[in-house]
Amino acid sequence: MDSVTLKKLKEKFSDSIVDTHSFRGDETATVKKEKIVDICKFLRDDNELLYNFMMDITAVDYYGREPRFEVVYHLYSLKYNRRVRIKVPVPESDCTVDSIISVWIGADWFEREAYDLYGIIFKGHPNLKRILLYEGFEGHPLRKDYPVKGRQPLIGPKN
Amino acid sequence: MGIINSQQSAVGSLQSGEEQVLGSSVLLTKLDEIIGWGRKYSFFLYPFVTACCGMEFMSLAGPRYDLDRFGSALPRFSPRQADLLFVVGTISHKQAPILVKIYNQMTEPKWVFSFGVCATSGGFYDNYATVQGIDTLIPVDVYVPGCPPRPEMVIDGLLKLQQKVAKEKWSDWPRGEAPVTQNQNLKIKI
Repeated sequence: MDSVTLKKLKEKFSDSIVDTHSFRGDETATVKKEKIVDICKFLRDDNELLYNFMMDITAVDYYGREPRFEVVYHLYSLKYNRRVRIKVPVPESDCTVDSIISVWIGADWFEREAYDLYGIIFKGHPNLKRILLYEGFEGHPLRKDYPVKGRQPLIGPKN
Repeated sequence: MGIINSQQSAVGSLQSGEEQVLGSSVLLTKLDEIIGWGRKYSFFLYPFVTACCGMEFMSLAGPRYDLDRFGSALPRFSPRQADLLFVVGTISHKQAPILVKIYNQMTEPKWVFSFGVCATSGGFYDNYATVQGIDTLIPVDVYVPGCPPRPEMVIDGLLKLQQKVAKEKWSDWPRGEAPVTQNQNLKIKI
């Protein structure tokens, strides 16, 4: 029941696809992180796919699982009105993934946000610094092991 | 008309405690009341709008609820020209120094109106990002909770602030800078 997207991905990157999932048109492919840039380029440029709109990049912390993190990309094809979700497992020991700014320039701030809140390093990003929180903030607050009551105000009452 | 009434009430209250202590400073007491009366009907707002409560503030300032009826029609977008700081919405820790700077830039006398539950106490945002009430940073005169508050609540709060302003004395001012610090000990690690 795979659609054209997952079928083509499996043909082209057979040894890099960890898992695929398709439910009522909601398609997901879990891929190895070494190939993410090549896969994104393929999805963008293949004439039957043309995923020219990178809608969202985010991350998930599956605390206690290995690999612990997952970076999630949501892509949309304006031409074919299709969507696909790409997931990239990222282990805590090597918390890096290649930046896809070379494919979609709009990935810039999404990757900075994922770095800010989850601490995932995007290799090759030209300006990887915090985007929402301030300089001097320690840790990454959307990680599940960030203390719930941890507070780091810049300014506060004198007493 | 209003000024005449105010003078009459000032004369009428000659026997209250402060006047007995001050002795013959009758003129000073009258000035207090007249200036208080003038101030309470001529607030110049600075809307520090950060979140969804801003929509509610707009309806309040618009023709249906019409803050102009209470003499606080003109929002001034420079703190130097404003004397009533409306804090409308959630204040994050990143914004906190900006809010304090705005407050310190306002000339005295100045009042602070906490609009909505986020400004009042942090609301349901009890997390790493949100200030738990602006009164941890600056002195607040009126709290109006609600998510968002009804315009009637805000108008009621404004009337209560007017009552408060009318009773103020010269000695209530200046309040001085916001009592805040940038100490590293503010951090809480659990």
